[in-house]
Amino acid sequence: MATLVFVEVSDGKVRKTSLEALAYAHQMGSGVTAIVMGTVSASEFETLGKYGAQKVLHVADARLDHPAIQAYATVLTKAMQDENADVLVLANSSLGTPAAAKVAIKTNASFASNVVELPAPGFVVKRSIYTGKAFSFVELKNQKKVIAIKKNAAEAKEVGGSAQIVAYSVALSDSDFNTKITGTEKATGDILLPEAEIVVSGGRGMKGPEHWGILEELAKTLRAATGCSKPVSDMHWRPHHEHVGQTGVKVAPQLYIAIGISGAIQHLAGVNSSKCIVVINKDADAPFFKAADYGIVGDAFDVIPKLTEAIKAMK
Amino acid sequence: MKILVCISHVPDTTSKINFIDNGTKFDTNGVQFIIGPYDDYALARAIELKEANAGTTVTVLNVGLAETEPTIRKALAIGADDAIRVNAEPTDSLFVATQIAEHAKGYDLVLMGRESIDYNSGVVHAMVGEMLGIPSVSPVMKLDLEGTTVKMQREIEGGKESVEASLPLVAGCQEPIAEWKIPNMRGIMSARTKPLKVVEPKTTEASVKTQKFELPAPKGAVKMISADNVAELVTRLKTEAKVL
Repeated sequence: MATLVFVEVSDGKVRKTSLEALAYAHQMGSGVTAIVMGTVSASEFETLGKYGAQKVLHVADARLDHPAIQAYATVLTKAMQDENADVLVLANSSLGTPAAAKVAIKTNASFASNVVELPAPGFVVKRSIYTGKAFSFVELKNQKKVIAIKKNAAEAKEVGGSAQIVAYSVALSDSDFNTKITGTEKATGDILLPEAEIVVSGGRGMKGPEHWGILEELAKTLRAATGCSKPVSDMHWRPHHEHVGQTGVKVAPQLYIAIGISGAIQHLAGVNSSKCIVVINKDADAPFFKAADYGIVGDAFDVIPKLTEAIKAMK
Repeated sequence: MKILVCISHVPDTTSKINFIDNGTKFDTNGVQFIIGPYDDYALARAIELKEANAGTTVTVLNVGLAETEPTIRKALAIGADDAIRVNAEPTDSLFVATQIAEHAKGYDLVLMGRESIDYNSGVVHAMVGEMLGIPSVSPVMKLDLEGTTVKMQREIEGGKESVEASLPLVAGCQEPIAEWKIPNMRGIMSARTKPLKVVEPKTTEASVKTQKFELPAPKGAVKMISADNVAELVTRLKTEAKVL
């Protein structure tokens, strides 16, 4: 009996968080069948095998190039039946999580999102709750289970296998396309904030959108995504999808660098899953220092260029 | 048009989270409860739609025990017409979605926040949509009505998406869909007499069971580095924290 893993692609490429979902399923110990939808670059299938899938179902339906959530749910439900899979694993995302919730209703499965660790005996999963301020341990009681994992729940790593690729199709009706996507605006070429290993965020201490160049230069040097505090997004200095915090994006990078952000509790809620936090602030009393691993009291416009140079020198 | 706004009753975002009874129960001591911040956006948009479209009514629904009534009254003070409280503890997403679906039939628009800020599942809207067999969209940053078509903007990783769907519809909301509304004195006075119906929950078999809660391990003390010695930070990130 296999575990089914929903693998999400973006512009034909497998999302990194989906590789973590594959690793998660692989570590659960049963066989892993991956399912991937829409147009996928040929080389990506090999990647799925390397990361633990024994079999890959490919639904080459161009209508699924768009995140048609209802249709995704229908396909995943049918695939669970056809593969005789009791467990569906996927990465939390704006497409995956709602699709998974619908699958849970259709299959009478126990559902958990924001899962941060492998299940303990008795199928007890650890979930991140209160926006990263606590955890809960939840027993998934039904025979079927749907698990949406949070970033870093498992480390994506190659296990050196190869997968059998199977063309798979499910009849979809009009009701599976009950929402119509009429346009998409996406930052191009950037590293996606929710998936980034390093995030550089700026706050009001940056004094204005025209000063973001040095912060972007630092981010580029680190191959980091850029984020910002809520006031910065509220003042439209930066787009809303960069807003990190309680009511914005929750990030879980290896390294989070906060510049000119005082560290309101609502901002901390979005970053408390980071492995290492560096705070750079002119105000030695900024509350963010209490939540930091490393701190520098100094002026952003003085410290940022020095930091960029020091990183370049290290490389 | 009939709008249903589902609200959660959650600790204020500045609350210190603690558990008692061997980590099995949330410690409400000293905690102030509010309308879920995302639900508050949903409510604000509902009131705007009511003000712009004559004959529109807004009903608020909460799944919670009697202690949530002040939170419900606040939603009535902000401008909702009436309220339903499903008299049960909101234990998990499926349970809450089941209760909402039980009462949501007949509404054109079911709005709620993208997630509750206590359990953060972020799926009740999707589950309700599935149970009722109607579209669900989340997280919605913009929502406009054109006849029976709903035009929305949804946040996706690294950007946004324009989506359309027909009524009836479920939407999980977030900023900047509307500005939060603060109740005025007249609203607060009238909220006292607006109808608040208490109903018993539909019984369901639990699919999940929360066994216990835990707080994250405390963080070590911050290591301060001089602004004149930025290179040391880079060295430490590489050799000590091992994140570069």
